[in-house]
Amino acid sequence: MDARVATDSKAAESRLSAPMLTHLQRLEAESIHIFREVVAECERPVMLYSIGKDSAVMLRLAQKAFYPAKAPFPLLHVDTTWKFRAMYEMRERMARESGMDLIVHQNPEAKARGINPFDHGSLHTDMWKTEGLKQAIDKYGFDAAFGGGRRDEEKSRAKERILSFRSAQHRWDPKIQRPELWKLYNTRKGPGETFRAFPISNWTELDIWQYIYLEDIPIVPLYFAAERPVVERDGNLIMVDDERMRLNPGEVPQLRSIRFRTQGDYPLTGAIESTAATLPEIIQEMLLATTSERQGRVIDHDQAASMEKKKQEGYF
Amino acid sequence: MAHQSALIAQDIEAYLDAHQHKSLLRFLTCGSVDDGKSTLIGRLLYDSKMIFEDQLAALEADSKKVGTQGGEIDFALLVDGLAAEREQGITIDVAYRFFSTDKRKFIVADTPGHEQYTRNMVTGASTADAAVILIDARKGVLTQTRRHSYLVSLLGIRHVVLAVNKMDLVEWSQGRFDEIVADYRAFAQQIGIEAFAAIPMSALRGDNITEPSANAPWYDGPPLMRWLEDAPVEDDLREKPFRMPVQWVNRPNLDFRGFSGLVASGVVRPGDKVKALPSGRESTVQRIVTFTGDLDEAVAGQSVTLTLADEIDVSRGDVLAAAGNPPAVADQFEATLVWFDEEPMLPGRPYLLKLGTRTVAAQVAEPKYKVNVNTLEHLAARRLELNEIGVCNLSLDAPIAFDPYAENRDLGGFILIDRLSNRTVGAGLLHFALRRSQNIHWQALDVDKAARARALGQAARVVWLTGLSGAGKSTIANLVEKRLAADGRHTYLLDGDNVRHGLNKDLGFTEQDRVENIRRVAEVAKLMADAGLIVLVSFISPFRAERRMARELMAEGEFVEVFVDTPIAEAERRDVKGLYAKARAGQLKNFTGVDSPYEAPESPEIRIDTTALSPEQAAEAIVAWLEKDSAARR
Repeated sequence: MDARVATDSKAAESRLSAPMLTHLQRLEAESIHIFREVVAECERPVMLYSIGKDSAVMLRLAQKAFYPAKAPFPLLHVDTTWKFRAMYEMRERMARESGMDLIVHQNPEAKARGINPFDHGSLHTDMWKTEGLKQAIDKYGFDAAFGGGRRDEEKSRAKERILSFRSAQHRWDPKIQRPELWKLYNTRKGPGETFRAFPISNWTELDIWQYIYLEDIPIVPLYFAAERPVVERDGNLIMVDDERMRLNPGEVPQLRSIRFRTQGDYPLTGAIESTAATLPEIIQEMLLATTSERQGRVIDHDQAASMEKKKQEGYF
Repeated sequence: MAHQSALIAQDIEAYLDAHQHKSLLRFLTCGSVDDGKSTLIGRLLYDSKMIFEDQLAALEADSKKVGTQGGEIDFALLVDGLAAEREQGITIDVAYRFFSTDKRKFIVADTPGHEQYTRNMVTGASTADAAVILIDARKGVLTQTRRHSYLVSLLGIRHVVLAVNKMDLVEWSQGRFDEIVADYRAFAQQIGIEAFAAIPMSALRGDNITEPSANAPWYDGPPLMRWLEDAPVEDDLREKPFRMPVQWVNRPNLDFRGFSGLVASGVVRPGDKVKALPSGRESTVQRIVTFTGDLDEAVAGQSVTLTLADEIDVSRGDVLAAAGNPPAVADQFEATLVWFDEEPMLPGRPYLLKLGTRTVAAQVAEPKYKVNVNTLEHLAARRLELNEIGVCNLSLDAPIAFDPYAENRDLGGFILIDRLSNRTVGAGLLHFALRRSQNIHWQALDVDKAARARALGQAARVVWLTGLSGAGKSTIANLVEKRLAADGRHTYLLDGDNVRHGLNKDLGFTEQDRVENIRRVAEVAKLMADAGLIVLVSFISPFRAERRMARELMAEGEFVEVFVDTPIAEAERRDVKGLYAKARAGQLKNFTGVDSPYEAPESPEIRIDTTALSPEQAAEAIVAWLEKDSAARR
């Protein structure tokens, strides 16, 4: 995108200056600025990598922020062992291509107790994700974690700061969050305190897709429609991704043309019927869609204000 | 979330191309409680089709349950985010919302109108290009309207629209509208808002939001959405001289050394002469490096990495600037400060100041005045409380490059950070450098502290005794000095009461006077240490921040904190000077331990428990510690 400014300015040489920056160029510059501030002022930053489209954009922005150097922090995947197989393949590929270190953390207690999405409901998310993330941050002593949260995702996130402070017990307290003025971020913290940094806070879902399209960023193939085996449960289309999927009596997986708007644990992620097989088609479908992105995620339906509560407990 | 742009369905690639070239406008909405601000934002999201069916279904359900519109859709519920707020029906923080039209993408900072939330509004305004000021047509220009407008003007927002809302409740009266606009104009001129637009509207009913309203045929201006689409974005920044605060030095290998940052103003091209500040060294831009290839130029707002032709010393916190038109460098300024913290701003207390990418220690002098944001009156002030705004001088520990805030937000806006709590306690706007800062230079002397101390046959020390009144500090300090003098040491004892008879006789016992008291004593102790003396300081010095300031004034290892630890009950029982009795009787205000806090040291070099040691034993322990310490350092 940066290069495009130069090209455009050549095309418009009659004018004194390059054209006004577009909204995506301004967002990109802001995100890069945030990456650099955190890296310059923190001791052990890490980037949470969850393999979805937001992570894909984050990874590209991290590469841009530090080019020609390699991004000076590792990637951390807090794994639940229940991701789609295609996601694991993408994870390995991106780690290889970026040259960054990849840390995979699986909560050993969840593993030992066999916590799974079929038997354990919200405990599954609590243990694998919320607890897993805290464990990983403590284990490696990270003091700052980059995440791909966006303010447009959900109401309680609209008030999230770019830097979100967590106590030494990983708790988020709305009262201790710091005002953020201009481009100034206060990164100082006490012993054991950490923060999450959200460089793409001001991006919307459409911005993310448009950027992926413009920058030709690789994403998990599950975003594109294809014939896949699914079963229908409570109005959700659940893909049968491996032999661990438990079928109810009478359930027979059917091949349908589907795709996923978000990526997560396969038994918890609803697909949509679609034939959108290219990025413009996906974007077109999204723009014409009538339901919000997170509707495919089962955890949000639990209770009103559930994201706010989960955040206070330390979920990303 | 469809923009009903027909292009989406017919030609998505053409739509994407159009969307890609949209500009971005960041704006702020401000209004008093019940002006209908949340309703307006909900309406903007709704009318730009940013609401999905599932959200709409949830909204309809919520509107019936907790809505205030008698079962009709309550748009305010869309944006009142936190559960705590929804229950109380207020917004307590800055929220950011996003929507776009066929022409532009918008980021809205939604800030609450409550009295106590100046902080939030200043935060929201700091990144806004434009401001929407809401007025309830029934109520007209209120005190809060004035406050919001003053803050908008203070933060340098030049595109202002007055949204005269709830016009349906005044029968769309043109007379009423004109009256409000005239009132506002008179006020706006006073505070330097030169131009503004005014739109009669009803956010609840959707009048003059996206389409001109048939209810106001007498109004021929644009509806709000069109005004927002046409408001100029601040692109005059690139007409200004080049500035880039250096964020990070990029050194992947020995052959590459780049300086990364976001261009704050101007344009930069390879071959341009640049100056690094504060060092003043010059070089030439060699390359503008990005992931997608080198650029021919970079403009304000872009994040880039520059390489220079010469190996000059540049690090994080420096500013790269146009060599022919560099910013000034100074360490003393006048600034407007906005205070954010429950703990007041205390003159003399050291805070950290962050401006651009530079963080330095800073002290704020007593305010010249504070501003009553409702009447704009200047009031005398000795400190700033939460949400107060004042004009003060600042003094930094090191010089920084800056531009006045009015010329460049990113080189003139700063935050202050408390050194103990790490909270962001204030924000400020630099006006100008004080002339004395450019004219007084440190005079280098040939005989230094080490030489003076050597001549005295000792190492300089500052032994700082802190503790409650009546803890025994002066008694112990006196005994320590006698012992040291008997050993042939050169000493001086600074006693709290004695210093208050002379140097500090103009100071009282309020928090800010106590801070200044300690600042002066610390500076005197520093001069004496510089003379090579062993300085004994016997002061209550109740605040950690000032003791830490004193410690940081001295050389490493020179400062010895002695906590004379006497429980308050014991000190009060002794009450040698009868002061506790007076304080308890209310005859003595701000008495430490009674109605003013004492913050005990967390890790003093020496702790003396006076309930276990006699004054002689305590003095013995301190002298022994000093001997052992200087032996260890020899």
